[in-house]
Amino acid sequence: MSNPAVLTGEHYMTGDEACAEGGLAAGCQFFGGYPITPATEIAEHMSSRLPQAGGTYIQMEDEIAAMASILGASWAGKKSMTSTSGPGFSLMMENIGLGICTETPCVVVNVQRAGPSTGLPTLGAQGDMMQARWGSHGHYEIIAFAPMSPQEMFYHTIEAFNLSEKYRLPVLIMSDEIIGHMSEKVIIPDAKKIKTFERVKPKGRKDRFKPYETTAYGVAPMPAAGDGYRVHITGLTHDDRGYPAMSPEAQEIMMTRLIGKIQNNLDDIIRTEQYLMDDADICIVSYGASARTAYAAVEDARRDGIKVGLLRLITVWPFPDALVQELSRRVKAFVTVEMNMGQIHREVERCACGRAQAVLVGHAGGAIIPPEKVYAALKELTLKKKK
Amino acid sequence: MTKAAAITTKKEILVTGFGGQGVVLIGSILGQAAALGDHRESTQVQSYGPESRGGYCCSQIIIDDRQIQYPYVRRPDILVCMSQTGYDKYAYMLLDTTLLITDQDLVKPIGFDRDYLSIPATRLAEEMGRKMIANIVMLGFFSSVTLAVSRKSVEEAVKDSVPKGTEEMNLNAFKKGWDYGAAMLKGREKKAAGHAGVAS
Repeated sequence: MSNPAVLTGEHYMTGDEACAEGGLAAGCQFFGGYPITPATEIAEHMSSRLPQAGGTYIQMEDEIAAMASILGASWAGKKSMTSTSGPGFSLMMENIGLGICTETPCVVVNVQRAGPSTGLPTLGAQGDMMQARWGSHGHYEIIAFAPMSPQEMFYHTIEAFNLSEKYRLPVLIMSDEIIGHMSEKVIIPDAKKIKTFERVKPKGRKDRFKPYETTAYGVAPMPAAGDGYRVHITGLTHDDRGYPAMSPEAQEIMMTRLIGKIQNNLDDIIRTEQYLMDDADICIVSYGASARTAYAAVEDARRDGIKVGLLRLITVWPFPDALVQELSRRVKAFVTVEMNMGQIHREVERCACGRAQAVLVGHAGGAIIPPEKVYAALKELTLKKKK
Repeated sequence: MTKAAAITTKKEILVTGFGGQGVVLIGSILGQAAALGDHRESTQVQSYGPESRGGYCCSQIIIDDRQIQYPYVRRPDILVCMSQTGYDKYAYMLLDTTLLITDQDLVKPIGFDRDYLSIPATRLAEEMGRKMIANIVMLGFFSSVTLAVSRKSVEEAVKDSVPKGTEEMNLNAFKKGWDYGAAMLKGREKKAAGHAGVAS
């Protein structure tokens, strides 16, 4: 009997559809959605496919409720996700913070369109990258993927679920209209070949269990409501039992855990890809749809003898500080290609720390950056000698 | 495959029209036919305005034998226009080598002084009783005059993409367009041969 959640085979589908299929393959059993262009097709696809896989789809009254619903479903023991775009992402921010504070696994997909506000609903952008990092209040760590193809929308959604279950936090997929609406071949393997991470459940005495204990890798096992373990879930600063603890000491313990579980496991979390970087003088940094421009630009420029390579961020958050710092000692310049006016560019500049130039090829949003624009920027660069 | 051959087999295709005509469906059927039927690489991207119907709409398809990075059309090999606005908006991209295909009754390619191909796709669809299959009539015409994708692959993709129960109607629409294109090419060949005869 084949697994109805896994649509094994070769398909031609959009990034949005592939994202939904990735969620299903990862074991998602609950989707709380609110439609918004250009993410609607994820919710639409889930509404027909999820019941076939034994799951539940609910269209909520708005994005605030959608985000709240997936946190609740997660505490009921189910893998859960939602999808949205800029305006809805703004509404989800507070409850994303609740998910971080209560260490609740779930996946949030943002198929970005141009903002601010209603902006250009049908046209792509990457303007929410810093919102993904810092959009909810307080200081925290987050994980965000940036897929560059429908095939990656499938796999990144699975990986996002796996990391969210492993590290107990909402994991973001920062896609964009271009990838969400683009169709390409998507290969879905046999269910047996898909690696999923299943939530670690508590064992042992039910009266001694602590849902927010700091363990070896930083994350405590998580019971579901009804398992018999006592749980108390609050957005207030809490102790290891989950009870409110109103003191700077408790805050420090909690914050150390929330940040430490990510910062101490960067090697397990960060995913990057390098292309023609071995002899490169210039390093293009890009992600998502813009990375497709970047690949084309690298090929064009290499044909003309420009020594340029590409660092593609598969996960954008946590930012690969150490890698960019190391590269900044080797290359003369970084060129960040992104569909905003300079967000990840700032991170690159921070890590380059003056050791290499940092240049932006940005865009106000609403269209992909043409490779010619990147090529022109490469031509204009006057590379300073490395000391 | 040699690099030169790979370049010549690359096809960049733009399909434009107004929302509701099924322009994006043409694109995704072509892309699917190339990728799943012909086992080549293909991408399909779309753009449209905030209106769901009546606004401009554009689908861009790239077919190649190597991995496609940039998924937007830079040098169109074929521009298909199903509406006047579609033509007006994208005419600037026409190159000397671009094949222009239009809906004969809906598009007047103003300022275009080369040969182009057209089919009254919408009228033919209306004659078949369903205006909404005009896109599939156009797809059939496109397939027969360009041979960018194999007929069998497109027909499979049509069957897979249209609502259940409408497969036959859509395949008939496809055949209508295909036959129209095949007859047109045959007529043109004859005419060309005739001219050659007079000249010699």
